[in-house]
Amino acid sequence: MAECHPVGFQWVMEAKARGAVVIHVDPRFTRTSALADLHVPIRAGTDIAFLGGLIHYILENGEYFREYLLAYTNAASIVREEFRDTEDLDGLFSGFIEEARKYDPRSWQYAGSEMPAPSREVDEELLLMTETARVEAHGSGGPEVAGEIQTDETLQHPRCVFQILKRHFARYTAEVVEQICGVPRESFDRVCRLVTENSGPERTTAIAYAVGWTQHTTGVQNIRAAAILQLLLGNIGRPGGGILALRGHANIQGSTDIPALFDLLPAYIPMPHLGQNEGLAAYLEDEAASKGYWGKMSTYMVSLLKAWWGEHATADNDYCFDYLPRLTGNHSTYHTVLKQMEGVCKGYLLLGENPATGSSNSRYQRMGLAALDWLVVRDFSLIESATWWKDGPEIETGEMRTEDIRTEVFFLPAAAHTEKSGSFTNTDRLLQWRDQAVEPAGDARSDLWFVYHLGRLIRERLADSDDPMDLPIKQLTWDYPTEGTQGEPSAEAVLAEINGFGPGGRHLGSYEELRDDGSTTCGCWIYCGVYADGVNQARRRKPGWEQDHVALEWGWAWPANRRILYNRASADPGGRPWSDRKAYLRWDAERGRWTGPDTPDFPPTRAPDHRPPPDAKGPDALSGTDAFIMQADGKAWLYAPAGIVDGPLPAHYEPQESPSDNLLYKYGRNPARELIEHPVNRYQPSDGKPGSEVFPYVTTTYRLTEHHTAGGMSRWVPYLSELQPEFFCEISPELAAERGLTHLGWATIVSARAVIEARVLVTERMTPLTVEGKRLHQIGLPYHWGNNGYSRGDSANELAHLSLDPNIHIQEVKAMACDIRPGRRPRGPAALELVREYRRRAGITERTGMEI
Amino acid sequence: MSEDAFTSYYGRPVLKPPVWKALDIAGYLFLGGLAGASSVLSAGAELTGRPRLARGTRIGAAGAIAVSLVALVHDLGRPGRFVNMLRVLKWTSPMSVGSWILSAYAPLAGAAAFSAVTGRLPRIGTAAAMAGGVAGPAVAAYTGVLLADTAVPGWHEGHRELPYLFVSSAAAAGGGLGLLVAPRAEVTPARRLGVAGGAAELLVARLMRARLGTVAEAYETGRARVLMRAAEALTGAGALTAALGRGDRRLSAAGGAALLAGSALTRFGVFEAGMTSSKDPKYTVVPQRARLRTG
Amino acid sequence: MTQRMGFFTDTSVCIGCKACEVACKEWNHVPEDGLNFTGMSYDNTEQLGADTWRHVAFIEQRKPLAEQEPGVDHEGPVPPLGAPPDAAPMTPMAPGEGGDLRWLMASDVCKHCTKAACLDVCPTGALFRTEFGTVVVQSDVCNGCGYCIPACPFGVIGQREDDGRAWKCTLCYDRIGDGLEPACAKACPTDSIQYGPLDELRERAAARVATLNDAGVDDARLYLADTDDGIRGAGAFFLLLDDPEVYGLPPDPIATTRDLPAMWRHAALAAAGLLGAGLLAFAGRA
Ligand SMILES: Nc1nc2c(c(=O)[nH]1)N[C@H]1C(S)=C(S)[C@@H](COP(=O)(O)OP(=O)(O)OC[C@H]3O[C@@H](n4cnc5c(=O)[nH]c(N)nc54)[C@H](O)[C@@H]3O)O[C@H]1N2
Ligand SMILES: Nc1nc2c(c(=O)[nH]1)N[C@H]1C(S)=C(S)[C@@H](COP(=O)(O)OP(=O)(O)OC[C@H]3O[C@@H](n4cnc5c(=O)[nH]c(N)nc54)[C@H](O)[C@@H]3O)O[C@H]1N2
Ligand code: SF4
Ligand code: SF4
Ligand code: SF4
Ligand code: SF4
Ligand code: SF4
Ligand SMILES: [Mo]
Repeated sequence: MAECHPVGFQWVMEAKARGAVVIHVDPRFTRTSALADLHVPIRAGTDIAFLGGLIHYILENGEYFREYLLAYTNAASIVREEFRDTEDLDGLFSGFIEEARKYDPRSWQYAGSEMPAPSREVDEELLLMTETARVEAHGSGGPEVAGEIQTDETLQHPRCVFQILKRHFARYTAEVVEQICGVPRESFDRVCRLVTENSGPERTTAIAYAVGWTQHTTGVQNIRAAAILQLLLGNIGRPGGGILALRGHANIQGSTDIPALFDLLPAYIPMPHLGQNEGLAAYLEDEAASKGYWGKMSTYMVSLLKAWWGEHATADNDYCFDYLPRLTGNHSTYHTVLKQMEGVCKGYLLLGENPATGSSNSRYQRMGLAALDWLVVRDFSLIESATWWKDGPEIETGEMRTEDIRTEVFFLPAAAHTEKSGSFTNTDRLLQWRDQAVEPAGDARSDLWFVYHLGRLIRERLADSDDPMDLPIKQLTWDYPTEGTQGEPSAEAVLAEINGFGPGGRHLGSYEELRDDGSTTCGCWIYCGVYADGVNQARRRKPGWEQDHVALEWGWAWPANRRILYNRASADPGGRPWSDRKAYLRWDAERGRWTGPDTPDFPPTRAPDHRPPPDAKGPDALSGTDAFIMQADGKAWLYAPAGIVDGPLPAHYEPQESPSDNLLYKYGRNPARELIEHPVNRYQPSDGKPGSEVFPYVTTTYRLTEHHTAGGMSRWVPYLSELQPEFFCEISPELAAERGLTHLGWATIVSARAVIEARVLVTERMTPLTVEGKRLHQIGLPYHWGNNGYSRGDSANELAHLSLDPNIHIQEVKAMACDIRPGRRPRGPAALELVREYRRRAGITERTGMEI
Repeated sequence: MSEDAFTSYYGRPVLKPPVWKALDIAGYLFLGGLAGASSVLSAGAELTGRPRLARGTRIGAAGAIAVSLVALVHDLGRPGRFVNMLRVLKWTSPMSVGSWILSAYAPLAGAAAFSAVTGRLPRIGTAAAMAGGVAGPAVAAYTGVLLADTAVPGWHEGHRELPYLFVSSAAAAGGGLGLLVAPRAEVTPARRLGVAGGAAELLVARLMRARLGTVAEAYETGRARVLMRAAEALTGAGALTAALGRGDRRLSAAGGAALLAGSALTRFGVFEAGMTSSKDPKYTVVPQRARLRTG
Repeated sequence: MTQRMGFFTDTSVCIGCKACEVACKEWNHVPEDGLNFTGMSYDNTEQLGADTWRHVAFIEQRKPLAEQEPGVDHEGPVPPLGAPPDAAPMTPMAPGEGGDLRWLMASDVCKHCTKAACLDVCPTGALFRTEFGTVVVQSDVCNGCGYCIPACPFGVIGQREDDGRAWKCTLCYDRIGDGLEPACAKACPTDSIQYGPLDELRERAAARVATLNDAGVDDARLYLADTDDGIRGAGAFFLLLDDPEVYGLPPDPIATTRDLPAMWRHAALAAAGLLGAGLLAFAGRA
């Protein structure tokens, strides 16, 4: 966190100054470790085992927060009889469909509803659903949970979630953690004690993570494991608790809220499917939950359609619901590249992305780009993604010749964030407005300018078209006022549209005001209120010392300017704070409302003892203790009965490429992981299979404070380049000795995909681990370099493969296997030959690594 | 841990070594000294009626100071801004004081030489030579402070000795020049000054190194060692030759030349030792640690 | 003089992000200082100089930091911290027990000495003391004589190659004059760099050392906070976790101009000696 979120880390330092204990779990001793009280080096890709160990410790020693657990989680809910755990099936959950490498999740459901008999038809639908990450599309709420939920408040029922959890994690003992993760018992015991001692009514523990947990074939399950841990300890919805997803690019949170994702509409509304979801009513029937705030999806959806198609959207035409594109399959970025190579995707806009360096298996990326008809790159500098056709690695090796590449490449200079107004949404869901400081120089223009004027020109061309296909574009609300000498669209006007309008053009104040009768518009329901009263709330800058510690008047947090989500859980079921020390929200019986320093994340006047009538729907169906108001059952999920494609519980799986065996299960790797079969994406043998010894080292990739991601914003900047001028690898003195690598010398690093070279930094910050009785070395590779810019070097992503988390299609670049040797790498065709030789030695074929 | 064991930051110097170039600055130190001592000789020669010695040392002083000024200005990062030296007079800045001394002295030396060469304005020439004779020692001496008033251990730790060393070395050089330019009848004072200067130079150099402690090592390693050894040998030999070669014009001249060379090498040696001492953190850390230990 | 302003750099909270280095360069238009992969841990800046006015040092040590548990597992000998990295088999580090590890980071800057040798020796008056008690070079007056450079006991000030002049931290004279914080302090996320009236900073620093010592960080100490030292206290002082030389700082710096009166006396004596010797040489028989 100190490395990648240094500004946010000041609060960790502040907490530390007030006595907080900081634990850092990371394969490497980093700048974060330097300031932590405890650094726990871990084998990359084994966090579920580690967290599972903690969960085991808590369950085994009764360290859980029982009252919280009973009131706010699904611990007591009873699961279907058909459900089988990984303990029963040696690494598989019930419902696995081998041919498709996917789960049918229906057996994971709560007991209480009939399990429909599988049919061919349903299966296909299901497969499409999992492929298109339908689950994520259900936002934070997950899909509807069917039927009347049975519970056992004694937590004794063998099929209640609590008992399932106990059985599932029974084998995740401290010894197993030591064997799998390479974390010695004493360190692990200390973590267990620290975390549990610091949780309960009087204290809370927070967990912060970022891509060290997500970029795995088990990425989502890593976070699920953390969620289970925090729920057991009662650390969610309470001040000082939570799981903080430290975000990436300054506005990555904003880009998921108003998404740049293929399967989501703004604010986590699912994208409709082709064939399914015919008509708005059917769509809402399918997608909306009956309980909680997802029960109001019709108001969000209709308001969104009204925002987009304005007067054209009427009740008679389903508010133009049919104008929305439909999903036809997996259109995630890595699959889109496959489509490029297949000639299906012919044109590509790269706005602020550098896949030729920053994406996993960069060669695969460039192959895709080289198959396009046209490519538009908007960036500040001539990044690798804009120049691969003349100076990329394939030109060096002779695999591609410039004259053979027929992609037409357009490069358009982009304006930087200082040159345009707009908002960033950060880790805290906080929208902060920034004003333009200078006009962009030369031809550089903002992306808003580009998109707006592109749309405008397209609409001009289509003005006379009679083709009904063009209606969605012709009727689009596309009327932003422009300002300045460059015709820049007003970003505030866009924000006002996102916020939404009520009758008479009134700026809406909250999503509670949204209606599904066409009387309101809203571009993103969770952002509704950011422009309340016609005031840009994101622009507020009242310093912290002029207000209380929650600082509601700094910027604006979605939803409804709430700073802690699910904060109803900060009070006990009766509405009293769990303790004075951790007081946040309380039920004020006299005034009949929830009070506290934050906006309550609960119907504000719903009393703790409220019990809804059985036929209540949506938010009305929430009882006075249903703190998790976005969940279909009002409960936080220790066990996910639906919504996650690779299992209702996290289980330890080895990374796609790992030098170690799975100690726990026969099915060693995530059975549902996504693999891409392609000649430039060969996998290595793993899991102790013959040939895996050819790639004996674990490698992980990460960031340096001094650089940014694929380098487009740092490798061109002399002030940053001089701070970390060269691509390097970090290794331990023991590995250096084992492989004859010298400090400041060169290393050649090889995978089944590529060979790269890096300068060597030998340091005791990298430590060997003892894993399953063997000494294991890890290699650290910052992934910022590429062959353009002021500071140049090979790209770590050349080594990487594409095996993805099946929920969100993220690449596994945090835990891979490789070989390392001294000296510089061969050039030209010799480089390819070296990789081929490694593949031969390891016996790699197109089937290698594809096992379930 | 031994007294000398010390830590540093990756062996990096604590200090910045002077940016001065050896030829410019060590050369200046030598030439300045030579000029200063020559002026003393020329004044004496004036007073005691030794015209050839006077003429030779006048010209020598002027020449030396002229070349040294060129070297000085050449070494400035911004030669055009030399005049900025005369914006202020600061007692805390030996370079400022030196600049003023030089700007007083150089015209005197110039005028004296001008008169000696052209034979014009003899009275002014004599007055200038006499004044130069008084200013000369200042030119020779201040350079010791110039170096010593830096954080460079090899110089500052010798701040008590350096002025004497430089002045002795100047005397040796001035004497050496006199030995070269004066006819037998006029040479005795030059011989005396040269021999005494040389002897003192040897003595003070040894004394200084003895008192430098750890830092003395800087004088006894690398190029500094070669230079200091050669200086010692030449100065010693020069003084001896000059002393013994009383009757012999050629021996005297050889002694004079050796004294000159020895003096020059001393300055280059001191310069070099200073550079070495500033580039190795040992010379900064060890004496400072010792100082802290002894309180 | 208005109130004396300065820095307290608390290295115990530095995260080595180098924001201070970059902010300084941005604000002051300091040129890039060369791309050099040094092998000195994460320090590729190496030292202060004309083109680097803030420098963050990185030190790896086999030493414990109070109760901190580093979790690493090593044996074998290590090259000592003082070893040049290009000749060492690994990042040099302070030796100690294998398995102990701490990583110190510290942002260094001009000390704005109370008795500033650089200022004292500057012959042109380019270096001057401001109304805030800071030491600043006027670049239009500097003639590049280079005298300040070896005079500084910390190796702070340097000569810029292309223009020959001397440059160093100005304590953001232009910013503090407008009541703004210096750029480096402003950018520092953890408040490792604290700017303010020197008296206040000294109090704060003393309290911080006490807190750290109480928390078991026994080796926390202040550096250059004492007005009795060889530079009579600095305008920029530090909280360090090890000896100053570990960070590349002199353990007992003095402004050599302190000895100047003595030096002038010796020089006068020496000059008199030369004059005397000269006269003597002419005395007696020729
Ligand atoms: N300076 C800087 N800041 C940035 C960025 C940048 O490029 N530079 N990028 C921004 C972006 S886009 C993002 S997404 C965030 C990412 O922020 P982070 O996730 O913090 O970034 P990383 O350095 O990629 O990974 C974090 C750590 O994960 C560790 N790690 C690797 N494998 C494992 C594992 O299996 N388990 C565990 N526990 N740890 C592992 C790595 O050693 C590394 O220290 O940072 C943002 N901030
Ligand atoms: N091996 C490995 N690979 C990784 C990761 C890893 O940890 N390890 N991390 C992954 C993560 S989390 C991320 S986020 C990606 C990042 O990967 P990319 O997004 O591909 O890399 P960036 O360098 O951030 O590319 C962003 C580009 O946008 C440009 N840019 C900046 N602002 C603007 C703007 O306003 N408009 C336009 N048009 N352009 C702009 C920048 O100049 C830059 O070139 O990398 C991923 N890849
Ligand atoms: S670069 Fe921006 S977003 Fe990242 S830590 Fe710094 S201030 Fe925060
Ligand atoms: S002597 Fe050095 S540290 Fe002190 S003010 Fe001058 S440059 Fe700064
Ligand atoms: S280099 Fe410039 S600032 Fe330094 S002493 Fe000379 S004139 Fe003064
Ligand atoms: S005070 Fe200003 S000039 Fe000095 S280091 Fe900080 S930013 Fe640079
Ligand atoms: S900005 Fe602050 S925390 Fe970052 S390196 Fe500089 S002093 Fe350390
Ligand atoms: Mo990211």
